[in-house]
Amino acid sequence: MEQFLQQIASGLANGAIYACVALALVMIYVSTDHINFAQGEMAMFSTYLSWQLMTWGLSFWAAFIVAVALSFVMGVVIERLILRPLHNAPVLSIIVVFIGLLAIFNSVAGAIWSYLIKEFPSPFPKSSFGIAGVIGPHQLGVVVVTLVVLGLLFVFFRYTPLGLAMRAAAQNPQMARLVGVRVDWMLALGWGLASSIGAVAGIMVAHIVYLDPNMMAGILLYAFASALVGGISNPAGAVAGGFIVGVLENMVAYAGNQIEKATGIYIIGNGEKLTVALIIVIFVLTVKPAGLFGRVVVKRV
Amino acid sequence: MASTSKKWVLGIVVLAFVVPLLKPIFPDAISDYRLFLVSTMIIASIAVLGLNLLTGFNGQFSLGHGAFYAVGAYTAAVLMDQLSVPYWATIPAAAIVCFIVGYLFGLPALKLEGHYLALATFALALAVPQILKYKWLEGLTGGVQGIVLNKPEVPFGLPLSEDQWLYYFCLVVMVILFWAAANMLNSRSGRAMMAIRDQYMAADTMGIDTALYKTVTFGISAAYTGIAGALSASAIAFVAPDSFNIFLSIKFLIGLVVGGIGSLTGSVIGGIFYVLVDNSAQALSQFVKNDLGLPFDLSAYTVFGVLLIAIIYLMPMGIAGGLFMAWRKIRGAR
Amino acid sequence: MAALLEVSGLKAFYGQTQSLYDVGFEIPTGGITTLLGANGAGKTTTLRAICNMVRTDGTVRFDGKNIRGMATEEIVRRRIAHVPEGRGTFTTLTVDENLRIAAYTRRDKQGVRDELDRVFTYFPRLKERIQQQAGTLSGGEQQMLAIARALMLKPRLMLLDEPSFGLAPLIVQEIFRILKRINEEEKVSILLVEQNAALALDLATHAYVLETGRVVMSGPSAVVKNDENVRKSYLGY
Ligand SMILES: Nc1ncnc2c1ncn2[C@@H]1O[C@H](COP(=O)(O)OP(=O)(O)OP(=O)(O)O)[C@@H](O)[C@H]1O
Ligand SMILES: [Mg+2]
Repeated sequence: MEQFLQQIASGLANGAIYACVALALVMIYVSTDHINFAQGEMAMFSTYLSWQLMTWGLSFWAAFIVAVALSFVMGVVIERLILRPLHNAPVLSIIVVFIGLLAIFNSVAGAIWSYLIKEFPSPFPKSSFGIAGVIGPHQLGVVVVTLVVLGLLFVFFRYTPLGLAMRAAAQNPQMARLVGVRVDWMLALGWGLASSIGAVAGIMVAHIVYLDPNMMAGILLYAFASALVGGISNPAGAVAGGFIVGVLENMVAYAGNQIEKATGIYIIGNGEKLTVALIIVIFVLTVKPAGLFGRVVVKRV
Repeated sequence: MASTSKKWVLGIVVLAFVVPLLKPIFPDAISDYRLFLVSTMIIASIAVLGLNLLTGFNGQFSLGHGAFYAVGAYTAAVLMDQLSVPYWATIPAAAIVCFIVGYLFGLPALKLEGHYLALATFALALAVPQILKYKWLEGLTGGVQGIVLNKPEVPFGLPLSEDQWLYYFCLVVMVILFWAAANMLNSRSGRAMMAIRDQYMAADTMGIDTALYKTVTFGISAAYTGIAGALSASAIAFVAPDSFNIFLSIKFLIGLVVGGIGSLTGSVIGGIFYVLVDNSAQALSQFVKNDLGLPFDLSAYTVFGVLLIAIIYLMPMGIAGGLFMAWRKIRGAR
Repeated sequence: MAALLEVSGLKAFYGQTQSLYDVGFEIPTGGITTLLGANGAGKTTTLRAICNMVRTDGTVRFDGKNIRGMATEEIVRRRIAHVPEGRGTFTTLTVDENLRIAAYTRRDKQGVRDELDRVFTYFPRLKERIQQQAGTLSGGEQQMLAIARALMLKPRLMLLDEPSFGLAPLIVQEIFRILKRINEEEKVSILLVEQNAALALDLATHAYVLETGRVVMSGPSAVVKNDENVRKSYLGY
């Protein structure tokens, strides 16, 4: 039983990470219809930035804040410089550009910081944090931090004029222009925010998966699955999808483990995590493209 | 026009067959190492052609062709390792297996367009190394360790080195495959494939079974790339799961984009290109470090990434396509 | 009265096809001007051209300054409000959000609240539905919301594209009454595109008739109303 709870708890911790990356993906998707294949690598790059800042003497949280801010700038610059001129380009061109970005971020990170795996610190005190036997201090910290970030985002989008303008620009760019919203900047801002959220996810997960240029590949795949489960154009769904997928992933591995214990037959375990995500992706895409919750657009005809 | 380009192709093929025989005259220029490099270029061209058949000629995206390359390579490797099948017989076997796998993947892909198909195939590419390590397959695939093979032996006591023989073998396979692809594209079926790509609304009403064409194209495309995988297993004499990661698929994409989307010759150029860059990465890195004095280990992927973006901006038709257009303009201007 | 908006030599293109050829007209400050024309004559395109939502050529002077070629949002920020064809509301946003979005650049919260209250005096129905999703409003309510949102921009000029489209006659009359009040009380100049020529000519002080992308006739609406061709083609008697 305790093991079961542990699995759920660590599933939630992973899920929090997936939720963040999925939300970043959805934010770009709803405003541009693009799937950012480079999202994971951007997050990885941000994580290295924070690591670099820490080796230069900044405290964890100072490095965290500076890296998140830098990531915001990075996202804005990428949108303005690279994607803006292509806004009428065919889908294939956009995809190719994303893959190009992915390759650049990955290889440049490798060039600057090498491909050697690095330890990444956890800012959460070992002694006082967590619930013994169920959830470790770092896992609990991850959940708390991501929930705070998600809460801030919710408040931003729900209650601030700028957040409202961003939602309007995503829903109907033409119309948004007609009420004076600078739509192009809203898109860039969306990219900046997505990039920042990715940074949060990367910095939080690096202690668990260790720091290396390929650290986000699997997480990105899980984030895709989460975004799809939640309905790719539904931000709240993406967050829910992240937690669902995070727990599901651990449950599958746990069930596989139990079966192996009981029958001695290995079916599925931690080694098949990405395969599970692949199956979720293809299943949702082909069977339930609107995701679990779909997007409830009330429309009068 | 058609006949002159045919002559050119024939000329190049003949040249490709003759050059290695000139080794006694130019022993340094035509080293075994260089022939091996050319063999890997040939293999790359076939893989890129496979992707091009799907994306360039049929309009379906794939960021996961590394998966089919892996299936081809592993089919060949397992057959050679477990059943002692001769290397040449693994080529058709890999083609059949990959056709089936590709066809099956093409079924759900029918429902997906643009970004979503890219996403599904991207997910496939990410998951491939893990699938190859699956415990139940370990007996066959050797798990993380992979499978070590023997290089193809020179048959009939021919006076060739292993690398020379490998080169000829790859060359023959390539010529057959490109010839077959050219014929297919020129046929009714080929035109149907392209009609689907160009989204002629009439494709359905013209009596084209769109679903069938798309899935079969997926199968053929996978078979081509799978054959390339099988050849690579023989050439490198080794397969291991982690070499079939997402970056392999990115290389095919670079080959596709550099060579030109929807171009047969382009596939060759694209294949040659990515192997060249991959192999010059070391030199490139040295250059950046020593000559430019930058503290980086510049990797081939930085070059690939920058090129992917640059090409989209500057030459949306690919380098081969762009040069071809430029050439036509010059000729037209006369 | 000086002209608030002067349009001259205006051409508009959708890709390769040209939809406006040399359109010119003036909108007097404080007046209501109507633009008539058959389906496909280019009325919507003219409004879109003013806001730079299509490729254009020529000059569009607003308050003496040439605004042609400026970004749509910058034109809007000079206080030209465009109520597009087919009820442009943000369907997934609430009524409240639809109204507030138009004031999002403004920092004076009290001013925005006052503005909202004033807008609700014109459209009391909207106040009752303040938390409803715009997409669930009735057609007439959505049209009111679109006009109300335009008002929130504190416009000097309002461009309206067929506000009566698809609405019951009673609602149309209500909307037109409101337009008249807005014109008089808020001193908002109006450019009105309407299929319902009789109603439009009653409301407007000036009228222009558009045919295949050209102005073919103009004058005070009383004069235009009595023109024989206009009567035959647009008024039906
Ligand atoms: N997006 C577009 N692309 C191409 N042509 C267009 C586009 N929009 C309008 N047109 C063409 O421009 C011309 C003018 O259209 P416009 O919409 O301005 O007409 P209208 O006067 O508003 O007609 P209606 O009374 O039917 O609304 C028409 O011939 C139309 O076909
Ligand atoms: Mg119209």
